[in-house]
Amino acid sequence: MNILAIENLVKRFGSLTAVDGITFGVPEGCCFGLLGPNGAGKTTTVEIMENITMPTSGQVLFHGEPLQERFREQAGIQFQHTALQEFLSVKETLRLFSRLYRRSVDLDKLIEQCSLQSFLHQETHKISGGQKQRLLLAIALVNDPQVLFLDEPTTGLDPQSRHHFWQLIESIKARQKTIILTTHYMEEAAGLCDELVIMDCGKIIAAGSPDHLLKTHFDESIVSLPIQAAVRWDDELLERLNGIKQGNLVYFYSRDIPSTIAALNQQGVELKQLQVRARTLEDLFLQLTGKGLRH
Amino acid sequence: MAWSFLLPAMLVFGFAYLFTGKDQVTFKVIVNGDTAALQKMAPAFYHVRYLRFIDHVDAKAGMAKLKHHKVDMVIDIAQRKYWINSSSKNGYILERILWSDKKTAPAGLTKSTVTGAQVRYVDWVTPGILATNMMFNCLFGVGYVVVRYRKNGVLKRLKATPVTAFEFLSAQIVSRLLLIVAITVLVYVGCDWVIGIQMEGSYALLLLIYAMGAVSLIALGLVMAARTTSEEFAGGILNLVSWPMMLLSGVWFSLEGSEPWVLAAAQLLPVTHIVDAARAVMNDGAGLTDIAYHLLALLAMSLVCVMLGARLFRWD
Repeated sequence: MNILAIENLVKRFGSLTAVDGITFGVPEGCCFGLLGPNGAGKTTTVEIMENITMPTSGQVLFHGEPLQERFREQAGIQFQHTALQEFLSVKETLRLFSRLYRRSVDLDKLIEQCSLQSFLHQETHKISGGQKQRLLLAIALVNDPQVLFLDEPTTGLDPQSRHHFWQLIESIKARQKTIILTTHYMEEAAGLCDELVIMDCGKIIAAGSPDHLLKTHFDESIVSLPIQAAVRWDDELLERLNGIKQGNLVYFYSRDIPSTIAALNQQGVELKQLQVRARTLEDLFLQLTGKGLRH
Repeated sequence: MAWSFLLPAMLVFGFAYLFTGKDQVTFKVIVNGDTAALQKMAPAFYHVRYLRFIDHVDAKAGMAKLKHHKVDMVIDIAQRKYWINSSSKNGYILERILWSDKKTAPAGLTKSTVTGAQVRYVDWVTPGILATNMMFNCLFGVGYVVVRYRKNGVLKRLKATPVTAFEFLSAQIVSRLLLIVAITVLVYVGCDWVIGIQMEGSYALLLLIYAMGAVSLIALGLVMAARTTSEEFAGGILNLVSWPMMLLSGVWFSLEGSEPWVLAAAQLLPVTHIVDAARAVMNDGAGLTDIAYHLLALLAMSLVCVMLGARLFRWD
């Protein structure tokens, strides 16, 4: 059952078509990812789903009904870029937002869940980036929403903060909340998302679970070696083993790892620094959207 | 750009229009009766430059204006009397002009001074200063802050909640109102303690005037901040509105005798009504019914601005 259904969504800004007739559904209780390069239309799509921006055409259905004002009581949103009243403390800010909703959760439990205790009485403009993201998440959860929108929630965080944030999201997932996540971190999408869509130029170019997408688009793994592993890389060998040189590494795209390794060994290639890895979402992302810079 | 170019140009041209040319006036005289009769009675005085003679029918209103330094002399032709405000230096100089040439001085014209409590200039100007201080607090303290909130994303975060634009604006008005009225009260109490300010009327009524005035000015600030996303532009617009309002609301000098369109324009400004109502209460002991017109004007302006602000308001 889809908690949100997006049907033929179009959004134009003058002559620019930011969202070009997309359709997809968000199953209830899942963590749903929207991926895409800058300018793909993800943020516009999400803002329409959040009922903040009106579409040019198409609609978003919540439990089968068009979005209405009361959707804001059911949704929690963490924007990528936002600010809070500077001279309120963290606790005062939470109390303020909890009073803006008809229903709100127990603030003490929320504070504990999002680990805000250590800076609860600090003014919001004095907390660190990681602390701010946890506070913004707490604000998004203050009304116990059915749907939680997280727009690039870990951008700018150090690895420890990011991993801690992922644990928070996992705990929210465990409570069967529906989460809609936009992110540029492929490992984040792969680790958290049950379903995702990849957008580019306002259209959906891939959709499904991370595993399904990887199996659909790739059937090989990657073997990599430093260029110094061989005195000379024979063109015939590279072609036979489906290899390419990139920078200081040589990559082999192999459906049969043991055979590839055996072939390299036979050629006298030094295998001490050999690495084998499965294809990732980042590989898929780059394959589908290209490696050119987006402006 | 508005602040840097339009405002100085407006001020220069405005002052040039108001205060230069052959009609420039330094002294104002109310004539109860026919100014033609005054011309016969005191021809030399009548033709002195930079004097304006204003025909007036209501004797009581004329005396009130003399008490409030809005005019410098009142002459009653029928009674052959003239009045000045003994605390007014303009009145003193004008009387000297009147009697400067004994040969042409008006015969049989007797002097009176304004009876009852007289209004010092500081008593006259204080209500305006309080209103001006309130105006800057309301416009910049509220309007500018909303623009900053819009620019840095605070409003966007609120947009994602069930709060409506009307609720947000109303909350801004109520919270700022309490603060601004408290500041105004403290300033008044401090000034009264140091120099003693005339207060003939009710403090409760004065508080009501300034509270309603604050509401109207906060609402005006919110209208100007309804869509602006640039702090620089907001600052320019707020200055463009506040400075002419300060100069045209009768805060520093009376607009008595000005062009009709200037007087009509002044009635559209909230500060005019605050100042006129507050002066009426403080200087004349006016009651609620006497100033009801000003309170209704402030109420109407507040409602219009709140509705307009809610209609135009953008969260981002």
